[in-house]
Amino acid sequence: MNVLDMRGVRKSFGAVEVLKGIDLTVNKGEVVSVIGPSGSGKSTLLRCATLLESMDDGELYYMGECAARSENGQSVYSRNVNAFRRYFSLVFQSFNLFPHFTVLKNVIDAPVNVQKRNKEEVRAEAMKLLDKMGLAEKADAYPCQLSGGQQQRASIVRALAMKPEMLFFDEPTSALDPELTGEVLKVIKQLADEKMTMVVVTHEMAFARAVSDRVIFIDGGVIVEQGRPDELFGNAGNERTRRFLSNYNR
Amino acid sequence: MLEQLGIAFLKTLLIFVLTLIGSLPLGLIVYFGKKSRFAPLRWFIEVYISIMRGTPLMLQLMVVYYGPSLIFGLTVSAGWRFGAVITAFVINYAAYFAEIYRAGIESIPVGQYEAAQILGYSRAKTFIRIIMPQMIKRVLPPVTNEVITLVKDTSLASAIGVVEMFTKAKQIAVAPASPGMAALVSAAVFYYIFNYIVAFSMRRIEKSLNYYM
Ligand SMILES: Nc1ncnc2c1ncn2[C@@H]1O[C@H](COP(=O)(O)OP(=O)(O)OP(=O)(O)O)[C@@H](O)[C@H]1O
Ligand SMILES: [Mg+2]
Repeated sequence: MNVLDMRGVRKSFGAVEVLKGIDLTVNKGEVVSVIGPSGSGKSTLLRCATLLESMDDGELYYMGECAARSENGQSVYSRNVNAFRRYFSLVFQSFNLFPHFTVLKNVIDAPVNVQKRNKEEVRAEAMKLLDKMGLAEKADAYPCQLSGGQQQRASIVRALAMKPEMLFFDEPTSALDPELTGEVLKVIKQLADEKMTMVVVTHEMAFARAVSDRVIFIDGGVIVEQGRPDELFGNAGNERTRRFLSNYNR
Repeated sequence: MLEQLGIAFLKTLLIFVLTLIGSLPLGLIVYFGKKSRFAPLRWFIEVYISIMRGTPLMLQLMVVYYGPSLIFGLTVSAGWRFGAVITAFVINYAAYFAEIYRAGIESIPVGQYEAAQILGYSRAKTFIRIIMPQMIKRVLPPVTNEVITLVKDTSLASAIGVVEMFTKAKQIAVAPASPGMAALVSAAVFYYIFNYIVAFSMRRIEKSLNYYM
């Protein structure tokens, strides 16, 4: 089953067309990496998928339900589009933890106050997740007392505590030192092994190659090429893809 | 003399407390008005803020006090004197607080809103749970400045004959066979100690919010 289905997504900022008709489907349990040069539209695609940005044209489905359909070349969003937020979560490059909440509170506040779940249950689950991510002793710390890597792991726990069907990551390690990058990638790898459905925008090619089921190369607002990582990294069919990848293999 | 000043000081304290109770929340409402999607309300708030900031508080005080009788020919009761002081102070300070809140809210990174949106917080919940607590921490220093100014501004009430501490000190100082300077100096000491306590309390509050950055 497709968790996510995007069809013909178009998005412009002013006169600049950033997404020029993108199709993206993600199956349950699939890990998709999105790579591409700066400004190619990767973040915009994720922001459209996560309803932070509205598409100009294109369709958006989660779990087969229609969040937006295309009518006369324009996206029309479902009236209860906010209900679709329960299907996904997004991990930001800059973490965006709430600085006035402890780590634990960051994790449980939305499940308790938005999803209205039982506080004790949520808390127990949150502690389990924090423990799994090596953050059990940090539950009562504030984000500013954590390293970047710990903050990013905390924000991943915050996303998981919502029990989403799938997770998006927008360059989750770009704000981190190389050592800290490793600990965050390890956690994402762990989620991949547990068959979490994920779309990861990344510049970490080794990671994309090792973890993804499929790699998508975006350039200039279109999907230039996609395929299994060994295919794409091994012998990309497209000249632009090869040129992009050669910058990383040096 | 000190007893008289002490009693008048209670009036000063009352003006101070009532002004804060009224203007701190009203400032937030004014801020929301300024951000409203309803353009006429936005313009109204814009004009209101610029008048409050662009004219002397003493003049505003007089307009509020004499306005009802001069403009509308109403007879005002004796109690209006004090009511006018509180009204003028509250709407004046609310304008300043609204601008301080705006700066505080606009300094919060957009990522906070986006994270809240992803987690499904409604607009109201985002503001109450995520934005407002961070805003309060950010605006405390400028709010402290305003609060200290307010301590001194209470003396403007004397312009319309409200007998708060400043008026009282003046009365004592110019009365025949008065202790003269002593009354003014005593009043100065009252104001100074009052402000010291205010500044000290605000610092305590700021410190209590230092547990996060
Ligand atoms: N809110 C916005 N308003 C105007 N232009 C925007 C906006 N957001 C993105 N853009 C533009 O859209 C283009 C694509 O941006 P996007 O952030 O999606 O690229 P990206 O692939 O994520 O790049 P990077 O690897 O640098 O993160 C860029 O040219 C960017 O300047
Ligand atoms: Mg980006």
